[in-house]
Amino acid sequence: MTDLTKLTAVEIAGLVASGETSAVEVTQAHLDRIAAVDGRVNAFLHVDTEGALAAAREVDTRRAAGAELGPLAGVPVAVKDVLTTKGVPTTVGSKILEGWRPPYDSTIVQRLRAAGTVMLGKTNMDEFAMGSSTEYSAYGPSRNPWDTDRIPGGSGGGSAAALAAYEAPLAIGSDTGGSIRQPGAVTGTVGAKPTYGGTSRYGLVAFSSSLDTPGPCARTVLDAALLHEAIGGHDPRDSTSIAAPVPDVVAAAKLGATGDLTGVRLGIVTEFGGEGAEPGVMAAFNEAVDTLTKLGAEIVEISCPNFGYALPAYYLIAPSECSSNLARFDGVRFGLRVGDDGNRSLEEVMSLTREAGFGPEVKRRIMIGTYALSSGYYDAYYGQAQKVRTLITRDFTAAFERVDALISPTTPFVAFPLGARTSDPYQMYLADLFTIPTNLYGGPGISVPCGLADGLPVGLQVMAPTMADDRMYRVAAALESAVGTLTPPVL
Amino acid sequence: MAAISREEVAHLARLSRLAVTEEELDTFAGQLDVILQAVAQVGEVAAADIPPTSHSVPLTNVFRDDVVTPCLTPQEALSGAPDAQEQRFRVPRILDEDVAS
Repeated sequence: MTDLTKLTAVEIAGLVASGETSAVEVTQAHLDRIAAVDGRVNAFLHVDTEGALAAAREVDTRRAAGAELGPLAGVPVAVKDVLTTKGVPTTVGSKILEGWRPPYDSTIVQRLRAAGTVMLGKTNMDEFAMGSSTEYSAYGPSRNPWDTDRIPGGSGGGSAAALAAYEAPLAIGSDTGGSIRQPGAVTGTVGAKPTYGGTSRYGLVAFSSSLDTPGPCARTVLDAALLHEAIGGHDPRDSTSIAAPVPDVVAAAKLGATGDLTGVRLGIVTEFGGEGAEPGVMAAFNEAVDTLTKLGAEIVEISCPNFGYALPAYYLIAPSECSSNLARFDGVRFGLRVGDDGNRSLEEVMSLTREAGFGPEVKRRIMIGTYALSSGYYDAYYGQAQKVRTLITRDFTAAFERVDALISPTTPFVAFPLGARTSDPYQMYLADLFTIPTNLYGGPGISVPCGLADGLPVGLQVMAPTMADDRMYRVAAALESAVGTLTPPVL
Repeated sequence: MAAISREEVAHLARLSRLAVTEEELDTFAGQLDVILQAVAQVGEVAAADIPPTSHSVPLTNVFRDDVVTPCLTPQEALSGAPDAQEQRFRVPRILDEDVAS
């Protein structure tokens, strides 16, 4: 019998639509897989067994009644715990929201339900999406299915690990500085950050509002494109949502899968070629560049002189926005309240609540943001970072006058051992060196597996102009057609 | 020279409403110093005449039609509250003395 957990989303949807298998069977197979391996992976913070089986039964009922099913009907999906789910616990990986059951669904989750996908549960993440390893989760780290002594990336390491461990064929992530793409790279899966504003932030617990972008994670480029199409598009409840149709990412993925990139011009960023990346990562990347050339792409080198300042600019802008956004966790409307003994003042209770509820990385970023926004330092830090953001955007705009897309390694290093970077917070920040420029610019980026280094996956990043998400899917699918998908060792 | 002192970190923690411990202050002072020295690199960029970017989507004043739509009931809105009373969020006292009576 076919192992339903090894199939792609496209294959599962086909079997459900034809009646060869039921959505309930598919869902049960994935729930069984989670029960068997998640003790070792810790990808899930909450498994919604009853909700998943109910959603699956609904798909089967609709099919039996002759209703037309969408392209992802009956396909299980794992959702990063940063998105609200009505009645289903949403913690953002933090103790401050432990036990919270939101009274409403985020737009992304509403659209997943409307598409007939089956939500299996909520995945682990660095607290408030701040981190690159899931080690900052208040609920313990997730582990990389390729080597369970190593990190699965972050912040969306739970979603990526769930895919690589065959616990789910599709997952949702959110990308503020690389939190979809970097976990995708180090787990050998596909992760796409849509154009900012191309996917709704309604019901996404805010970290850095000008950067946060929910997006699709999958094991193949086409599956990611189908998920992107299902969740993307204008949402009147997100005032920064772009009022334009979703770029035709599915058609682009199918075109790319033909393996022909004739006429496509790709740029390699000169500033990313220095000592930033491990030799094994650079070797896999260079080999992928040769492959892209053989597929017909024209490769040129492009200088983006301000990219070197993206990391410091990001680590001023994101903490500044975070310090403001996280003010809402005050022990009043939801979540934890500590020290309310009838004698302490509101301010004392707030301070004790936030002290007990937030982990060290969240506290660091709140304080960095508070510092960068304070009157004496605003111009030198936050204000200057916003100007650098303008220059980085100009670098992208100039580059896209010469090339269709930019390529780079997704992350400077392969999955590192648990604990290797937690004692020095800035070493952790370096994981996002190549992904952050795209967030500051607002364009789309995708990570696609391009090979192995020391037996661990390496990802190639494709960066495209804003609202040209289709271009990156085409290039990624073409590379995938030549390299193939990566299969992790059996857990 | 250190970019930030232990006393400044204690001040930031107060502004941030974080009741940090003495031990945390020791750890954070060193870590924030490393981070602030690194991010200060943005100062090397000559950007005096460059306009700031706060947001990548060029949108201003997004309006919706003024139509009443369903929203959360008071019960739903209060469902996650640590404490509630008479359909309101109940909070600890905000004044030094009880002036309500």
